[in-house]
Amino acid sequence: MTIIDARQFDQKRTVPGVTGDWEIIVGMEVHAQVLSRAKLFSGASTEFGKAPNANVALVDAAMPGMLPVINEECVRQAVRTGLGLRAKINNRSVFDRKNYFYPDLPQGYQISQFKDPIVGEGTVVISVGPDRKGEFEEIEIGIERLHLEQDAGKSIHDRHPSMSCVDLNRTGVALMEIVSKPDIRSADEAKAYLTKLRMILRYLGTCNGNMDEGSMRADVNVSVRRPGEGFGTRCEIKNVNSIRFVGQAIEHEARRQIAILEEGGTIDQETRLFDPGKGETRAMRSKEEAHDYRYFPDPDLLPLEFDDAFVEGLAAELTELPDTKRARFVTELGLSVYDASILVSEKAIADFFEQVAEGRDGKLAANWVINDLLGALNKDGRGIDETPVSARQLGTILDLIGKGTISGKIAKDLFAIVWEEGGDPAEIVESRGMKQVTDTGAIETAVDEVIAANPDKVEQAKAKPSLAGWFVGQVMKATGGKANPKAVNAIVKEKLGVE
Amino acid sequence: MSDLTSLTIAEARDKLRQKEFTSAELTDAYLSAIRGANEKLNAYVTVTEDKARAMAKASDERLAKGDGGALEGIPLGIKDLFATKDVHTQACSHILDRFTPPYESTVTQNLWNAGAVMLGKLNMDEFAMGSSNETSYYGPVTNPWRSKQSNENLVPGGSSGGSATAVSAFLCAGATATDTGGSIRQPAAFTGTVGIKPTYGRCSRWGIVAFASSLDQAGPIARDVRDAAIMLKEMASVDDKDTTSLDRPVPDYEAAVGQSVKGLKIGIPKEYRIEGMPGEIDELWQRGIHWLKDAGAQIVDITLPHTKYALPAYYIVAPAEASSNLARYDGVRYGLREQSDDVVDMYEGTRSKGFGAEVKRRIMIGTYVLSAGYYDAYYLKAQKVRTLIKRDFDLAFENGVDAILTPATPSSAFAIDDAEMAADPVKMYLNDIFTVTVNMAGLPGISVPAGLDAKGLPLGLQLIGRPFDEETLFRAAHTIEQAAGRFTPERWW
Repeated sequence: MTIIDARQFDQKRTVPGVTGDWEIIVGMEVHAQVLSRAKLFSGASTEFGKAPNANVALVDAAMPGMLPVINEECVRQAVRTGLGLRAKINNRSVFDRKNYFYPDLPQGYQISQFKDPIVGEGTVVISVGPDRKGEFEEIEIGIERLHLEQDAGKSIHDRHPSMSCVDLNRTGVALMEIVSKPDIRSADEAKAYLTKLRMILRYLGTCNGNMDEGSMRADVNVSVRRPGEGFGTRCEIKNVNSIRFVGQAIEHEARRQIAILEEGGTIDQETRLFDPGKGETRAMRSKEEAHDYRYFPDPDLLPLEFDDAFVEGLAAELTELPDTKRARFVTELGLSVYDASILVSEKAIADFFEQVAEGRDGKLAANWVINDLLGALNKDGRGIDETPVSARQLGTILDLIGKGTISGKIAKDLFAIVWEEGGDPAEIVESRGMKQVTDTGAIETAVDEVIAANPDKVEQAKAKPSLAGWFVGQVMKATGGKANPKAVNAIVKEKLGVE
Repeated sequence: MSDLTSLTIAEARDKLRQKEFTSAELTDAYLSAIRGANEKLNAYVTVTEDKARAMAKASDERLAKGDGGALEGIPLGIKDLFATKDVHTQACSHILDRFTPPYESTVTQNLWNAGAVMLGKLNMDEFAMGSSNETSYYGPVTNPWRSKQSNENLVPGGSSGGSATAVSAFLCAGATATDTGGSIRQPAAFTGTVGIKPTYGRCSRWGIVAFASSLDQAGPIARDVRDAAIMLKEMASVDDKDTTSLDRPVPDYEAAVGQSVKGLKIGIPKEYRIEGMPGEIDELWQRGIHWLKDAGAQIVDITLPHTKYALPAYYIVAPAEASSNLARYDGVRYGLREQSDDVVDMYEGTRSKGFGAEVKRRIMIGTYVLSAGYYDAYYLKAQKVRTLIKRDFDLAFENGVDAILTPATPSSAFAIDDAEMAADPVKMYLNDIFTVTVNMAGLPGISVPAGLDAKGLPLGLQLIGRPFDEETLFRAAHTIEQAAGRFTPERWW
């Protein structure tokens, strides 16, 4: 396979060494656990956190004579993901056996896809920035392929003084291995890629993206080169399990390689591990120690074949992807790209926003969701799924503002009440007398009272019309903020005879 | 041989229904026959007496109510490769030491659903790897047939040697067997019994200990063609648990038995006339041709040009798959474990001790041919050869051939511990020369006894059919059986 360098060289993406500039090249293999109730080739549950070996079917334990049967939902999930990556879907793919011995690999082989994966080339668009000018840059990262494979079990070494224990709950759970092209040029791009990939998977509902549970893990291939040169020798950093660690691992690994090369050394192709505690990578095994996996087509499984209609059916039901959604928020609702990006960052936030914005002013809805709701959630360290204010409640608050029932300022108080105590915002406004006073008679009385009590200020205001604001303030104070400020302003000016 | 054990499945079935005797009586007759013979013949590795009696009793109750299945009350032997719930299932390997599965294979379940009674588990070559039943951890099986000139113990063939011996020596009414390269047809030929390997996908492989997944197929060994037809009908089924099984209706194979071969076009492939083939085998083949011709079949010469590559290609594909299929026997979860503080030592100890020499040889061959740098030259090339072999057959069938007649084996049964075979594994592999092509092409093949050689030992002819056309094979095989007669060993044991 020839690896094509798809990126245009850009000086700003180089990192300085002692002897000159270097370019960092990164490619990633992300293992994403497929969201499905049953495993890839067995009916056992995939539920996380069950007692050891609770989710094990006979085929997962590789009992003699047991055979794998493909779970169609996992196939659908892989195709959905392929569509979400704007990738080529292969109507015929083949499952292969990857042979190696390990106690948590009962079959002695992993069923994977080697030569003919279910999904071919695609793209992920990432946004990197802001740069010094505050601008974001959009970069296309190529996807090489996506294939389905079985996860392995877990060996536990600290349960027994002399024995190791094996938990097969994860054995045979479906994974999608998503392989990027070596199109990534920095730790920041890598983090953005992983963030975006996770966002797409979560949108599609094909992987929950929970890296702390191991539902998503990354193998990171790092190499460095002088600008203009071909690809250097790469090292693969295995199983990095957070986006932050991916960034740290790349930065450390690139520095390590640059240091070696600048001292005249060469890079050994090897597999490395990232130690989050020390923030460094260390050698795990060299190319010479690499396994010979003896891949061959699994004779227990026929090639996986489906027709175009199957793919079209899934495409028709596919959820709107974040990029499309963001563009729609900008063009249809008139939001800024920045606001739209925040709202689409999580599908649940976008869904919440759309419920609030439905039939209301989009910009106003966006402001409230971003500044008030997300602001309050962030302060509490809560996610959108834990919001105490529902989309319906926030929508009602917006309606009350729109109808002039409450002012924007009162709305903030109302939001705080709903956040703390819950309840129907309209009822709260009613029962707590938060309604804005629009009755001009009542306002006139209040204005008359303020004018009567402050004859000296009236004189001053006649000479200096900007003092009318002081009267407005006094009236608002007297009405407990419930008077319609516009109406108060107009009446004050009229009574004072100023423009 | 008591009167009851001499009955075929068809005869016993009819007499059970007519209540001439009970399944309990029939089962007891077999259990007693096994007791009297197994020490000498070593056909059974486990006899499930209690289970057999309980099943027979249940069958008798159903028969009494008149709602018995197609095999109601018929006592069968089961090859040790089939998983039988809570019963010895070790593929006659030490590595599956004391393994009893908590599940029942689809094929045996089908048989029990049809009312059959299990007598026990039958000896076989370890993991079905062998052509003489000498690789079994439980020792060799002895062929009930002996040469007229000597009392030397002969092999029953393999890998289904226990099945063939048990059927031939009247130790069961019929037996399950499996065939990866000839493991049903060669032992059937060596023991004067009928064995059919159906089309790949006709029987479910679920619950059958895997040797080479793309070649393995279950089938029956029986006393005659009709019994084989009766058994296959019950064994065959589509199975959700085996995605390589095919969803096609299972025909009434028995109905094909007795149908005329008139007008059938029988192909005679010239490539099966191999160098050094004994004259007796060729004569047998010619006799078969004449019988079919006399019965009205049309005989045509055909060519299957890639035949000579079949055996070498088979000994790449089968070991390759086996090397991977047998990786699960690692001492971690079940079977033998050679305890060690280090996991690699445990693997090595377990597998060194647990596998016999032939199994190790094939695992090593398989591992080698799949290795980086050798895959294309061996495995990939063998798969291409396989495609060509399949095409040879396709062309013959496209030209109107209904079935192909060949010898089943290049010789009759040979001696246990035959020095020549022991010294050269390839000599042993040559036993499968006429049968492996059928597995490589996924076709059905039947071996039917056709005569005795000069030593008085049975020889078989093989008929190869179109995919899923087992019926034509039963028709043609029955014609040969009618002409050749049936062959029964003289009791010496």
